[in-house]
Amino acid sequence: MNTFSDWDILRNLLLATRWTILLSLIAFSGGAIVGLLLTFMRISRRPVWVWFTKIYIELFQGTPLLMQLFIAFFGLALLGIDVSAWTAAALALTLFASSFLSDIWRGCIESLPKGQWEASRCLGLNYFQTMRYIILPQALRTAIPPTVGFSVQIVKGTALASIIGFVELTKAGTMLNNATFEPFKVFAMVAMIYFLLCYPLSRASQYLEEKLNVTRQHQ
Amino acid sequence: MSYELNFSALLEYQDILVAGLWMTVKLTVITTLLGILLGILGAAARRHRNPLLQYGAKAYVELIRNTPFIVQLFFIFFGLPAIGIKLNEIEAGMLALTINLGAYLTEIIRAGIDGTPKGQVEAARTLGLSNRQIFTRIILPPAFQRVYSSIVSQCIIVMLGSAVLSQISVQELTFAANFIQSRNFLSIESYLVAALLYLMLAFLMRFIFNRMGAWAFSRKEKHV
Repeated sequence: MNTFSDWDILRNLLLATRWTILLSLIAFSGGAIVGLLLTFMRISRRPVWVWFTKIYIELFQGTPLLMQLFIAFFGLALLGIDVSAWTAAALALTLFASSFLSDIWRGCIESLPKGQWEASRCLGLNYFQTMRYIILPQALRTAIPPTVGFSVQIVKGTALASIIGFVELTKAGTMLNNATFEPFKVFAMVAMIYFLLCYPLSRASQYLEEKLNVTRQHQ
Repeated sequence: MSYELNFSALLEYQDILVAGLWMTVKLTVITTLLGILLGILGAAARRHRNPLLQYGAKAYVELIRNTPFIVQLFFIFFGLPAIGIKLNEIEAGMLALTINLGAYLTEIIRAGIDGTPKGQVEAARTLGLSNRQIFTRIILPPAFQRVYSSIVSQCIIVMLGSAVLSQISVQELTFAANFIQSRNFLSIESYLVAALLYLMLAFLMRFIFNRMGAWAFSRKEKHV
């Protein structure tokens, strides 16, 4: 058996951190795209779309992320699609993130005074012009801090991908623990790396909230 | 390829599912109560005069909020025995859930406390109330009411997070689903049923919390 020095453990954990970061980025971008689509459906005032998004959000926020990962992993296989842990994790995290992001963004758009819409209508702007020039620029201001705050949840969410066999930071920690039998040290290091990833994001979210001077929102 | 979902085959495992569900409910009830208690203590520590308590509570909140729950769980279950603290899987699971919920609730309740008008504390002090009395009678109740919906949401999030306890073989709902699919290979059916049960638990929790909230807060107002 190889012996691992502390540096070996740390080096291997840091190598695995790349996949945590990459998966987080994929889940965040995917979640943003799907989430944006859902947001527009939600504020469209078409009953079918509104109900669809409501049920979608309820389903993804009312079930454990771990269940969503399992269902993505085993469900896609049933459809005859050969899924790797990569695909399943990216898909489940994307859908999970989209439900929360669209919920956040809808709140930001709806928090704008109704007069903004009415004034735009009076000025003869159509729906897209109103969105593009009036609503979105203002909503963006309120949306940035909670969105950055939610990215912390995504990074932490990727840890669950370890359970379906995706080798990222947590999985690497488990494997190194099995090799070194030093759980205290290994998991403390794992936690510290996650902290170093997440804490700056948390602080950025708080800072932006103060700077953009928006009312405190619970993430 | 088409696949026929076969839910009826799960019926013979219903005892296991019910036992798992029951374990999840028990874990949730206990950790919710302990977590709320810890959150209140944490929020009290955050505004304590002693800087050690103040910054200790702050460090606790930041550390927990910026690391994944599964790592906290593994650290407690696998890491703590290495320094002589041995816990069985249920104790470790409950401890991890409580510590996790407590950190979030500390932050939520603190936010509620920030909304307390200064005049109320000053008035209470003038009336000769002790610091403890001011916290438990003047500051805490309205703060709790102010952020009640956030507290409820966080408790539900932690209930859903308890699914991760299956990884240290606590025999809760997700563990039951894993067990069943390892027996009959009906993975998607098992997980769909478990997901549905979690969804129902989430609804039920929100319902009970809202009822309790309506009862507690209206009763208080009647007295006033």
